[in-house]
Amino acid sequence: MKRILTSSLILAMLAAAPALAQRKATIENVRDIPYSSVPNFLKLPPGEYLGESVAVATNSKGHVFVYHRSATTRLFEFDQAGNFVKEIGSGYYGFEFAHSVRVDKDDNIWTVDEGTNVITKFSPDGKVLMVLGRRPPAVLGVQAAPPGPNQPSQKYIFCRPTDVGWDPQGNIFVSDGYCNNRVVKYDKNGRFLAQAGSEKAGSAMGEFNLPHGLQVDEQGNVWVADRSNNRYQVLDNNLKPLREMTNLGVGWTLCISPGPHQYAFLSNSNPNGNMPGTWDNTGEIYKAELDGTVIGKFGHPGKLPPGFQVVHMMDCRNPNGIIVGEIESWRVQKLILQPITAQAGGAR
Amino acid sequence: MKHLIQALLTATFIAATPAIAQTEIPFDSVPNALQLPAGIYLGEVGGVATNSRGDIFVYTRTGHPTITTGTARPFAHGGSRLFQFDRTGKFVREIGKDSYGFMFAAQVRVDPSDNIWVVDQMSNMVIKFDPQGRVALLLGRKAESVPVPARPAAAGDGAGQPTDLFDRPTDVAWDAAGNIYVADGVGNARIAKFDKDGKFVKSWGKKGTATGEFANVRSIVLDAQGNVYAADGGNKRVQVFDSDGNFKTAFTNVGNAQALCITKKQVLYVSNSNPPEDIDHDGEIYRMGLDGTITGRFGRAGKLPKEFGTVNAIDCRGENTLYVGEVGNLRVQKLVLH
Repeated sequence: MKRILTSSLILAMLAAAPALAQRKATIENVRDIPYSSVPNFLKLPPGEYLGESVAVATNSKGHVFVYHRSATTRLFEFDQAGNFVKEIGSGYYGFEFAHSVRVDKDDNIWTVDEGTNVITKFSPDGKVLMVLGRRPPAVLGVQAAPPGPNQPSQKYIFCRPTDVGWDPQGNIFVSDGYCNNRVVKYDKNGRFLAQAGSEKAGSAMGEFNLPHGLQVDEQGNVWVADRSNNRYQVLDNNLKPLREMTNLGVGWTLCISPGPHQYAFLSNSNPNGNMPGTWDNTGEIYKAELDGTVIGKFGHPGKLPPGFQVVHMMDCRNPNGIIVGEIESWRVQKLILQPITAQAGGAR
Repeated sequence: MKHLIQALLTATFIAATPAIAQTEIPFDSVPNALQLPAGIYLGEVGGVATNSRGDIFVYTRTGHPTITTGTARPFAHGGSRLFQFDRTGKFVREIGKDSYGFMFAAQVRVDPSDNIWVVDQMSNMVIKFDPQGRVALLLGRKAESVPVPARPAAAGDGAGQPTDLFDRPTDVAWDAAGNIYVADGVGNARIAKFDKDGKFVKSWGKKGTATGEFANVRSIVLDAQGNVYAADGGNKRVQVFDSDGNFKTAFTNVGNAQALCITKKQVLYVSNSNPPEDIDHDGEIYRMGLDGTITGRFGRAGKLPKEFGTVNAIDCRGENTLYVGEVGNLRVQKLVLH
């Protein structure tokens, strides 16, 4: 009887938290990139705190934007030295539960909010320029959670969207999300062009199970962290799948550095809710060439810097100065990486 | 036979796409018409209206309606704010900050004496502020607590009961004698009439598709003769009644009528508002005579300036200078028609 109870409990736990599963990467012989964490990088004014620091991005001046879950979800701007500059969007209708912030090539700031299902384009000085999606109307009352079977996906309505990116032409790509399982392409004016996947989760190429992060490279290819499928998928500009990477653990989030030689950084993040021992083999970030060749890794779980707890977003405008936002430590770290080259040790 | 089919097809096409051949009215959207102070953002715009000085009032869903825990029942508050700007778009003040009745902005209108009337679709109240911003008269009552999980409000089965309580009201208007007409609304589907002191007189309409019934009443406006124009968007029509609720006529050529306005010169504007989940169809605004003749149209759904995201309010105090409030784009546009 006791055994049955125990196994029921384990089953119940597994059923309750499948999305938190950690997964050891199967890739081997990847060299470690030495790195250090800048102490006290972000300087908060007295009385201000970061909550779950799920989202971080920099603009062309090196200013750092942190979109975090405080008592209310808030967006803070810091300068390149980490000094607090200002808050953007205080009390804004599209802020309820932060998920992503990204800065486009014109320094517009885009927030992805999975509480309101709204993606907002702010001008560099913080004015609302464009809104994608719609917040569920409050007048309908309290929504049950979860709200039941997924509704068929719609062109202009999101279901807990997770991330946003742009191709060099300015087309907008959205990963959507926790209850839809798709990637959507819009033109620069916000008109629907295409989607891959649907409201249903799937594991075939071009299908997704919790697309959790998204970025677009200079070729216009769309990289998706397909989290619950434990992989990254690369799609072409029209969202046709090109290839997948399945040996990097859970496939939590990614960034792609700018410039003529781009690198992808891919995180095998390490959420809580797991058994003893999982800290030993997850939590690392991989650095890869755009053809998928992994050239190094760094980082490990830890409550204290330079450990990670849990990397939710990375900014790699400077591929040797990565900024990471962590959920469960309510923290943003700036990491200085020792430069390496592909020749020093590639692995696939 | 072939000709007959063609004619039928053409007729169907015309019926399905109202007034496609109407004159396009050239217009511009004035950039930065409202200058928001740092830290103030518009949410979904329920209403926009001007007073006799040209001051602009915006009633907007700013977010975070909050439900308490650790209380005998769940209570809800917050979610919408009322802002005033001067005629140049400079921010003047906030009215009704933290008001008990501000939850889900439906509409704001300014009466001939410059009183500011706010309609809230969640507190189910109509609030009259005097020009100084003091509460002057209240219609309806906010539910004391909110049901969790959600269920329809007690007043709202759309059966058309004559009651002075509302269920998701959307708009307010007045006749020359000061009688008050409330569009009620989305939960109910009727028009309620009060005298100028707020005494309930009567109501008419219920959920349905027949003449005098409504899918919902999204907007209401009166002409100089006291006729009542009701936007029955769900039935794709505007219904016209006399001031006692007797049906006069209906305009069925304007699509999903959601926002109405009549100018001093008795020109009617009607928005065929696109639903928030679709910006690829509809969205245009029609200019009409009071007999239902369309004299022009402008705009379409979209996210750019001169495009519209679910227009919920039109102010037309300036005959060819309109303010439109949008749900989808979280903004107010000032439009100049040429």
